[in-house]
Amino acid sequence: MPDMIAVNVNGAKREVASGTSALAAAMMNGAKFVRRSVTGEPRGPLCGMGICFECRMTINGLRHCRSCQIVCEQGMDIRTDE
Amino acid sequence: MKTPSYDVLVIGAGIVGAACADACSAEGLRVCVVEAEIIGGGATAAGMGHLVVMDDSEAQFALTRYSRQLWHRLAPELPDDVEFERCGTIWVAADDEEMAAVRRKKEFYESRGAAAEILDSKSLREAEPNLREGLAGGLLVRDDAVIYAPCAARFLIERAQSRGADIYLPRIAAEIKPGSVRLNDGSLIYSRWVINAAGTWSPALTPGIEVRKRKGHLLITDRYPRFVRHQLVELGYLKSAHSFTKESVAFNVQPRRTGQLLIGSSRQFDCDTKEIDSAMLSRMLARAEEFMPRLGGLSAIRSWTGFRPATPDKLPLIGPWPRQENLLLATGHEGLGITTSLATARLLVDHILGRPSEIPAEPYAAARILEKVHA
Amino acid sequence: MSDMGRSFEVLVVGAGPAGIAAACCAAESGARVGLVDNNPRPGGQIWRGGENHAGAPEAKRWLQRLESPGVEIISSAEVIDNPVAGFLLAQSPRGELIFHYEKLILCTGARERFLPFPGWTLPNVVGAGGLQALVKSGLDITGRKIVVAGTGPLLVAVAAFLRQHGGNIRMVAEQAPWSRLIRFGLAVAAHRNKIAQFFQLKRQLAGVPFRAGCWPITAEGSGRVESVTLRAGKKTWKEPCDFLACGFHLVPNTELASLLGCELRAGFVRVDELQQTSTPGIFCAGEPTGIGGVELSLLEGQIAGYASANHAQKAREFFAERDRFRRFSIALERAFALRSELAASPAAETIVCRCEDVTLGRIRSHSSWRAAKLHTRCGMGACQGRICGPAIEFLLGWKVESVRPPIFPVPAESLTARDRATPESVST
Repeated sequence: MPDMIAVNVNGAKREVASGTSALAAAMMNGAKFVRRSVTGEPRGPLCGMGICFECRMTINGLRHCRSCQIVCEQGMDIRTDE
Repeated sequence: MKTPSYDVLVIGAGIVGAACADACSAEGLRVCVVEAEIIGGGATAAGMGHLVVMDDSEAQFALTRYSRQLWHRLAPELPDDVEFERCGTIWVAADDEEMAAVRRKKEFYESRGAAAEILDSKSLREAEPNLREGLAGGLLVRDDAVIYAPCAARFLIERAQSRGADIYLPRIAAEIKPGSVRLNDGSLIYSRWVINAAGTWSPALTPGIEVRKRKGHLLITDRYPRFVRHQLVELGYLKSAHSFTKESVAFNVQPRRTGQLLIGSSRQFDCDTKEIDSAMLSRMLARAEEFMPRLGGLSAIRSWTGFRPATPDKLPLIGPWPRQENLLLATGHEGLGITTSLATARLLVDHILGRPSEIPAEPYAAARILEKVHA
Repeated sequence: MSDMGRSFEVLVVGAGPAGIAAACCAAESGARVGLVDNNPRPGGQIWRGGENHAGAPEAKRWLQRLESPGVEIISSAEVIDNPVAGFLLAQSPRGELIFHYEKLILCTGARERFLPFPGWTLPNVVGAGGLQALVKSGLDITGRKIVVAGTGPLLVAVAAFLRQHGGNIRMVAEQAPWSRLIRFGLAVAAHRNKIAQFFQLKRQLAGVPFRAGCWPITAEGSGRVESVTLRAGKKTWKEPCDFLACGFHLVPNTELASLLGCELRAGFVRVDELQQTSTPGIFCAGEPTGIGGVELSLLEGQIAGYASANHAQKAREFFAERDRFRRFSIALERAFALRSELAASPAAETIVCRCEDVTLGRIRSHSSWRAAKLHTRCGMGACQGRICGPAIEFLLGWKVESVRPPIFPVPAESLTARDRATPESVST
């Protein structure tokens, strides 16, 4: 059984398995999409490896973080563009 | 083959050449433009697109002020991708000495009919919350603006084309002769007037012009809407632009309509390579962080360099080349090419049509460099 | 604040199979080796997740071999600049890192090629490797309907993986025609392990429809993808799905090599028989020299590792096998070449540059990549053309290039760390 850790996704407290990326945490906890494009389109991740920048989110208050490359930590604050 | 014949041939489709093509075609003149690579691709592409009135000399003030007025008149016709924003400039004063300079600057502007407001330390922070505490204040020039210059150049060229102007692209002008220009493929284009608006390439076409490359660096960030609201320039910028020292940096930050921040500025002579100089970039950023520490935490996505065409006396070369009567110069604008492009074009059109211009043209005359003894 | 910089005799960038092999061999030859990678654990894309996810026994063996004392692994560090000759600047959660090297081995791998079609920007349209990476990083796809499409051996590998993790694979659609796939099959028949792999995948995908000569032409849905329209010959039909995992083979990550001045040929890093690039002291191994899969990456990595540590003799022992797998790599490129019909999928209104939302219509109204970039800003966003570049090369035939630092976005202040790129600031 993997360890569970607590994170905040768009203001709601959630539990995810340790080792989960911030992106996966957001996608599985209510985020309908991950970011809005410059013309307002809803977007989700594309490449999964830190190259496409579609997964940018605000993590612990820092904007434009590539969430697919960030592993969840206890208490991490994850916010999508919604 | 029938050889084409024009009233005006413009060499260079940067912002200055594009403005010339537009202004000449608007008067019914038959215009063609010869461009070596792409529209708006030289210093026009690299620069900040800041439309700014500068007071480093009467002549500079007159030219930038006149040209800024022309930009405001043109603004309603500019397409969306030119991103014209009347965001204004704040000249930032770090200490009391610079504040005294701010007051003198306001005097200078207002006595010549250009609006400028003094901001004290508190109102500066209200206007720009991300500037560090402890700055003395600044001068707010509301009518300054920002554009995306490559698209402005394209708009002006297309407007000229809609009036029948031709553009030869990509074509390299090799030689300016009396009454014609020879391209490097050997062909000739006949034209009554030729305008050399080739920026840093202009001395190659008109030997004797002293235009040197002055390298600059810029950095652009990801989107942070409203992080900065005005173009911010330190008063020390003027020292940097005017120095003859080989290298200098100055705090200069611009908000783009996209919400991205453009961070500058740097100046280097005698550097021909386009590569990023990491030492200069580092210095430039360190200087910017002195005024705006929070810049450091913003995501920087791209850096690039460009070459400003610089003359020895900081004023551009606008007007006839004494050694060749039909050759008109429109070059050497250093960091003010985008601002003064429209006025440059108007001065040249006035000359071509033999009518008086709205500001005196003598300070920019090429004749001055043939007489001067350089320091 | 970050610690002092580190100095290495051999610095390897990228901890996929090529980088792991290079680091091991250089260290075993006595060099002091650093292995820098932007993921939290070594393994790259194909062995993502380290030993837990790696699967293949080969991965386990190499990862264990990597635990040799001669290799210092620096994870979650992304190289962004080469501010001074002999130094690399990287960003990490711990701040900026400076690395000094005597020899450098670039093993920066490859990324998926994405081709645009109407609807491709809908949420849950992901790369094939992309969806696999998401699942490996914790995304739960149990019971979700998935269509895997595009081209390349990655498709069936990904489909099998996703199925193992509970995904309901509706179909695998490969754009290459059967004739080319069969020719490819015959070409690789000589490689025994490939045959074994093939049969294993066939078992894992029993019951999943596989169509060749078939590709996506549009994705539909409101707010996220709900179906994909596929074409095969004259037939088109809609396949409902929760995810569309779609990628068109791989393109090399050559940005760091270009930044360092290494010459490219046909888009790949040019190397000599010892994997040395046009810049002395800089080697390159794996996908950036040519897309060839795990085995070729391991071989090139070993050669580069030995060569960088002045063991050219040992390196030569692998030449013959490398040649074999180079032939496989050529067969791979031929088999999965993109059919011209794919260029007809995007409409003028289809977004091609996702960072700046620039449509195909706007881009192709210009005469060159540089003009299009300047006038539309395509390729000037955060990804710096990594996604739209390969698509535009295919759709319009333009050569897409120009690399400047930082090669990934960094906090602006990191660029002032350049001053620490001096011999005095690094420790061994």
